[in-house]
Amino acid sequence: MRRLKRNWHSLSAALLALAATAHMPLTLADAANPASNGMLIAGGIVTTTLMLQAFENSGPALRGILLFLGAHFCAFALLSGLTGNEGKMSAAFFLAIAAAWLLAWGSASEFAHIEPRARAAKTVLRLLIPAIFGAWILILWEALTRGFGVPFILLPPPSAIGVRIASSLAILWADVQQTIFKAALAGYLLGCASGFVTAILADRVDFLRRGLMPIGNLMSALPIIGVAPVMVMWFGFDWQSKAAVVTIMTFFPMLVNTVAGLATTGTMERDLMRTYASDYSQTLMKLRLPAAMPFIFNALKINSTLALIGAIVAEFFGTPIVGMGFRMSTEIGRMNVDMVWAEIATAAVAGSLFYGLIALAERTVTFWHPSSRAG
Amino acid sequence: MNMTTLRHHTLPVLTIVIAILAIWYIAAYALNAPFQRDLDRRGNVTSTPMEFLAKTMAQPKPILPAPHQVAQNLFENTVLRKVTSNRSLVYHAGVTLSSTALGFIMGTALGIAIAIGIVHVRTLDRSLMPWIIASQTVPVLAIAPMVIVVLGAVNITGLLPKALISTYLSFFPVAVGMVKGLRSPDRIHLDLMRTYHASALQTLFKLRLPAAIPFLFASMKVAVAASLVGAIVAELPTGAVAGIGSKLLAGAYYSQTIDIWAALIAGSILAALLVAIVGLAAKLVDRAMGARTSTRTSGRPA
Repeated sequence: MRRLKRNWHSLSAALLALAATAHMPLTLADAANPASNGMLIAGGIVTTTLMLQAFENSGPALRGILLFLGAHFCAFALLSGLTGNEGKMSAAFFLAIAAAWLLAWGSASEFAHIEPRARAAKTVLRLLIPAIFGAWILILWEALTRGFGVPFILLPPPSAIGVRIASSLAILWADVQQTIFKAALAGYLLGCASGFVTAILADRVDFLRRGLMPIGNLMSALPIIGVAPVMVMWFGFDWQSKAAVVTIMTFFPMLVNTVAGLATTGTMERDLMRTYASDYSQTLMKLRLPAAMPFIFNALKINSTLALIGAIVAEFFGTPIVGMGFRMSTEIGRMNVDMVWAEIATAAVAGSLFYGLIALAERTVTFWHPSSRAG
Repeated sequence: MNMTTLRHHTLPVLTIVIAILAIWYIAAYALNAPFQRDLDRRGNVTSTPMEFLAKTMAQPKPILPAPHQVAQNLFENTVLRKVTSNRSLVYHAGVTLSSTALGFIMGTALGIAIAIGIVHVRTLDRSLMPWIIASQTVPVLAIAPMVIVVLGAVNITGLLPKALISTYLSFFPVAVGMVKGLRSPDRIHLDLMRTYHASALQTLFKLRLPAAIPFLFASMKVAVAASLVGAIVAELPTGAVAGIGSKLLAGAYYSQTIDIWAALIAGSILAALLVAIVGLAAKLVDRAMGARTSTRTSGRPA
């Protein structure tokens, strides 16, 4: 039973591969470029499974690597057989890709059971397992869109998007500068700073806090993005109006989180500060702001995605002829879907980088917090 | 209402609201005055300061409408119109609400399913979390119009595409909150379940899920607000003919600023209502589960 539980990925992969052999070849009869390597692929999957049985008593690392190699060898062979045969693949192809995916899942599962001591190995594993997952999203996307011959307009395969990104780097860079460096960043800094200052004020004046907090909580639930058309009307088509939208969107999460963070210090710590005869600003700088940092970083993270969204959506309401939102809305009209996806990918990468930078800063600033210490 | 709530709650909130209204009026005057002055000069009209002030607050297409203009528009378009009329904001709010609700339900279900998978399957735990976070850095709100157009091309129209946008936005807080919630039972409680020889399924239903309920409701409050935003933005493409979002877009096209602000306020009221409903449900479920509300604070994820 235990053996079955550990090997179910590869065993079912082998079954799928055997089923695939019944539907060979990989391509339909009228395909332009018939594939001949179908039996090789099915054999590869079955061999991987059989070898895995031989390595039953080995550690997860060796088994994981074996599965990893088997899965990606098959995936590569399958994808290379796609060229010229879009929409002409037989059932064998889809069974084989499912089998290869199961092998990859198995390898991730084996890797997940490694408990390394060394720090470096831990980091590698922490990156490797999600990387396998991400790579397979792309592989399945590519295989399914091209295998079924999904219309390009509906969902272009990742390879086409990649080609498009590579061929229009200059345009993408100009859009990134307009939307992210000018609009999103300016609004982000302004919104976070003003939210922070207001929070300090609200902390100082209790009446203000009692009045602002319910409104702040309400406002962070509201569809603030709706002010975009108004801001475009007020501040014109250029980046200033987008920055204004971002400022409003990022203000309230920062306010609410900072006020909540400033309230986290216990009476004990505050009493200690009082015994030191420290005044308000000293207590704030040395005790309460550091204690509030996890909350402030939480707001910075939430705001990093909000800023990007705000800047892009605001461009739908009027913009000069550059910018990510502008590009998306015009290219979709011209049915250049790959360009739209290139912009989406750029935005996702930029957003992840931004988020990652803030997370990195958080680990340095709040090194004392339990959630950082554990990792 | 007793005196302490009045002093500690109502009075400060009321003051801030009045301050906001005052600033709004001043801003409306300041922003609308130049255009009004221009109008007066062209029409050779001289008006007293009071008349001039009144005129800045009564323009048909002001840069910033005064609060009472918005309130009047809101009142006309909700109470005075028939609900079925397509100028009625209630009708548009209903359209938005239906896709919000569908997306919210699907998103919550998806979020719970993902969280259960993450807690129980080690491979998912190690591989999925970074991608869930990365999924939210995709500005889906920004691509919502495109998703709608593309889905429309394959004859998926109406409610579902809009609801899918809401689903994408609302599954995230639920998934993150539920992972925290499902892992919130103490070691000793899990050990107790093991001494009972409880299966993973039994542990899930009898220990983990009940323990996760406060987390679920806290994240559902965030999720329902996100769903509404998703539904509104999904209505922006020109194809959409109804809903708060299409009202915003139409207002922007024809510079009907009062309409824009009325739609914004209507959306805000809707958001506040939805969050309040989830809050009420949380309270009811909490009570039904036998929690003593006075001693138990809801597990609000930081």
